Amino acid sequence: MTETSDQGPLIPRNRAVHPPAYAIDYKTSVPRSPRWSLLSMDSTPSEETGPTFGHGILGEWDNNLIMNRTRGKAPAVGERILVHGRVMDENARPVPNTLVEIWQANAGGRYRHVKDTYFAPLDPNFGGCGRTITDGNGYYEFLTIRPGAYPWPNRANDWRPMHIHFSIFGHSFGQRLISQMYFEGDPLIDHCPIAATVQDRSQLDRLVAPLDFSKSRPLDFLAYKFDIVLRGRRQTMFENKIEGM
Amino acid sequence: MVQKLDTLLETPSQTAGPYVHIGCMPTYAGNAGAYDTEIGASPIREGARGEIIEITGAVIDGTGWALRDAMLESWQPDAAGVFPGQAGADPKVSGYCRFAADAESGKFTLRTVKPGPVPMRGGGRQAPHISVWLVARGINVGLQTRIYFEDEDNTGDPLLNRIEQRPRAETLIAKKTGDGQYTFNVVLQGDSETVFLDI
Repeated sequence: MTETSDQGPLIPRNRAVHPPAYAIDYKTSVPRSPRWSLLSMDSTPSEETGPTFGHGILGEWDNNLIMNRTRGKAPAVGERILVHGRVMDENARPVPNTLVEIWQANAGGRYRHVKDTYFAPLDPNFGGCGRTITDGNGYYEFLTIRPGAYPWPNRANDWRPMHIHFSIFGHSFGQRLISQMYFEGDPLIDHCPIAATVQDRSQLDRLVAPLDFSKSRPLDFLAYKFDIVLRGRRQTMFENKIEGM
Repeated sequence: MVQKLDTLLETPSQTAGPYVHIGCMPTYAGNAGAYDTEIGASPIREGARGEIIEITGAVIDGTGWALRDAMLESWQPDAAGVFPGQAGADPKVSGYCRFAADAESGKFTLRTVKPGPVPMRGGGRQAPHISVWLVARGINVGLQTRIYFEDEDNTGDPLLNRIEQRPRAETLIAKKTGDGQYTFNVVLQGDSETVFLDI
């Protein structure tokens, strides 16, 4: 048992912070959104356990997207930034030793994916994916370039704001989360139907990373801070015993 | 005024989008070699105890079309119902797999070991099942569901028993199509919509 684990079931998801499945302005959600209610139940061992990944899976360059495509030989084109933050749970405890994966477009707004055919050229030195494992206090960091905004087929002229996709595991399968980080001051956030799927503006603001001069390195990179909160587990007075046993 | 709670709210979800494979399955995205070791390539290693099974299916939208860009993850215990990391777990079972709908056909395949039943907190047991979490463009919050098996004893499973409309429980039960072969479709919307979980 680690210091951050509690024995109770997972705290039920507060659906009010999340987007609804159906969001008419994000057209692909229309045929892909379940119509019936979700089946709600206390979590079981199937959700309370989960895969773990050790530092052994990480390569030397995995959290450096400027250099990882070329394994340190040549840097990617773009505005150099550090993206850092902390993974915590709803009980405000750090989530240590958990895998954080990111992916993003290059500086011109183009993804290195067989399905992306946008005019902006690929950067031969940019792959667009990175991963790391949080430290003992839940902190992580990535060195990358600021991704470009890009147009996408939805309504007649929709553009994605600059964003980085995040995938986070936590310590139990029921904590699994994918989200996106936006950048402070990007005017496209207010025009994006995907950002707008988060209907509570104060919740959307939590996906916008502030510029963080405290971590910026002079003559090298700017920094943005992005904290992440995963589901927590219900704390009980009987943490050393499994309920009912 | 009241005292302030010291709890936090979960970070809001956003869709994984069409390019989720870049970050999660680089080889599938056409970027083989991005990582030395990609996670979730298989939930088992050679020598895992129990029956090796293969589950095939597709993720189908409200129009009947199979998604070509869905990414799925599965999590399960070993053949004895013990999760990886727990005492006595089969060391050849990692329990976790990441797999994608085929870009041409939309079909997915999960090759694994058939899981055992799992004891519940407070007594009782869950019938053998595999937990599934899936994301795709157009899915705003990852969807949780489960794969049960038609050739197992599913009576008494607390989750299946909670489904009021009994025929809907069938959407969580994989059909046996041959020796060690099962089929399981995820239907996102419509009359045969899969039961998705808030668990």
